[in-house]
Amino acid sequence: MLKSPTTEEAIEKKQASSKKRSTFKLNANDKYFSLLFLGPSLLILGLFVFYPMIKTFYISMFLTNTLGKTSVFAGFSNYAELLTSPDFLNSLVVTLAYVLGVTFFTLAISLLLANLASKKLPGIGIFRTLYSVTMGVSVSVAAIFWLFIFNPSTGFFAIIANALKLTPINWLTDPSNAMWAVIITTVWMNLGFTFLILLGAIESVPQTLYEAASVEGASPRFQFFKITLPMISPTLFFVSTITIIDAFKSFGLIDLITKGGPTNATNMLVYRIYKDAFYSGNYAQASTEAIILTVIIAAFTLLQFKFLEKKVNY
Amino acid sequence: MAENNKSLPKRILTYVLLIALALVILAPFFIGIWTSFLPTMNIAKGDLFSTNLSFDNYVAAFTKTPILRYLANSFVISTLTMVAQLLFCSMSAYAFVFLKFKGRNILFGLFLVTMMLPFEAQIIPNFQTVKFLGMLDNYSVLIVPFLTSAFGTFMLRQSFKQTPAELKEASDIEGLNHFQFYWNVVLPYNKISMITLGAYSFLGAWNQYLWPMLTTFSNNSRVIQNGLRQLQSEETFNDWRMIQASAAIIVIPTIIVLFIGQHYFKSGLNEGAVK
Repeated sequence: MLKSPTTEEAIEKKQASSKKRSTFKLNANDKYFSLLFLGPSLLILGLFVFYPMIKTFYISMFLTNTLGKTSVFAGFSNYAELLTSPDFLNSLVVTLAYVLGVTFFTLAISLLLANLASKKLPGIGIFRTLYSVTMGVSVSVAAIFWLFIFNPSTGFFAIIANALKLTPINWLTDPSNAMWAVIITTVWMNLGFTFLILLGAIESVPQTLYEAASVEGASPRFQFFKITLPMISPTLFFVSTITIIDAFKSFGLIDLITKGGPTNATNMLVYRIYKDAFYSGNYAQASTEAIILTVIIAAFTLLQFKFLEKKVNY
Repeated sequence: MAENNKSLPKRILTYVLLIALALVILAPFFIGIWTSFLPTMNIAKGDLFSTNLSFDNYVAAFTKTPILRYLANSFVISTLTMVAQLLFCSMSAYAFVFLKFKGRNILFGLFLVTMMLPFEAQIIPNFQTVKFLGMLDNYSVLIVPFLTSAFGTFMLRQSFKQTPAELKEASDIEGLNHFQFYWNVVLPYNKISMITLGAYSFLGAWNQYLWPMLTTFSNNSRVIQNGLRQLQSEETFNDWRMIQASAAIIVIPTIIVLFIGQHYFKSGLNEGAVK
């Protein structure tokens, strides 16, 4: 970071050294310009982020009728009720299982791919492109591709199982298999993005470290665990938080593949909020769930900020 | 580097592994696209082999379903969202970097807080708001709430801060006002970050699912993600080939765009992640 001073630093210095001499003539207009430049964003964020967040918290403190109007003040009793309801706890457990599964497999497979694709071999560029291809896949396309693969009668897995004279697995009707089906599809979708970020991190590890290790006769496995992994650990941490946050917010794939079923086996938080609010009209409960989701996401985002702070400083 | 002096069998093993993994990752595409060329009979029987391949399913997808309309809706909405975010995020980022005003740090803190609040948790009041404003089942409902983003502002702010001080000094000497400096100097200088945010916001809008599902009900405003769901639920006899063809129609252009934009995207992502 021994570059020439950046603009902000320069402006700060200028303002610190010449408080009275108004050499910085743009300053006089700053107030109006800032209103003009920030106004639109503040308006949108206020209306579509801050207001709804406060409103959601407000509703979560009341009982509501089916029209969504608040009736009786309930304090935190909605929270107490939810956190002791077996149905909601099931949703929390299911969401956690999904988040853990998605994060673990996304990172493990992406790491394997990134490590392989970082090798300097002829034609490696083709593999880098192919491995990042799922970045171009949206939820609905991923769901259609995989629904066909999982289809119990005409699906790809069923055809293979039949050809091998095995009993096909009930991917979507058996509760624990349905969870796997959703995890597999999500991991597949995640791979492209996570792979690219990890590849970038592995490529930026100084080559001299590997050269030194090779001279010492260190095995590739040793190099991977003792050089690559520690060197990319900040990026690993960063992509884990992104993956975790995204998994907590999953909705599209659930809606398309399992609809929360079978028997609530994949009824995750956001799907639940949607059902409670827009099917059952239970706005108080949905809002309480939304606040619980917010607390979880905010905690992981804070972790991510901590990481960014550290990275920026060194 | 060490790979260069590796033995031949080891290199072959690496290639075998590379190819095997590529096949696994690409398998869902291959299976999906292959099925889209098969006659219906084959799929119904669970027979994936046929020499009787045709584009019939594609013709059917284009002529019998509103898929083109869905694609157009998605394209217009994603493009407008992208343009708006580039404009408003860069404007607010500019204010946070180059303008001095009271409460700047507090406001920036508010922007950061926004990044911690998931949109999924705000859908109930937001639905009521857009209903109240009469925006339901209209392009505007999919664009207006996303005209700006705290993440985009944050990302551009990090980038704008690296603008060399000499540029600012030179602009002051030239007598440029804030508009001119923003438009003629800052934006061109931070082109790469702008492209990254553009790609990010376009893809973000393109992949929206929950919000459009709640707020649009007709083919006039339905986007492709929900359109596919609609087709799927309408297909009583589970016409997989046509649905697969529709999926292929959607995914092929995105992948082409991605391959072209990959270089930019990758450098942008790493800039954002590692800086």
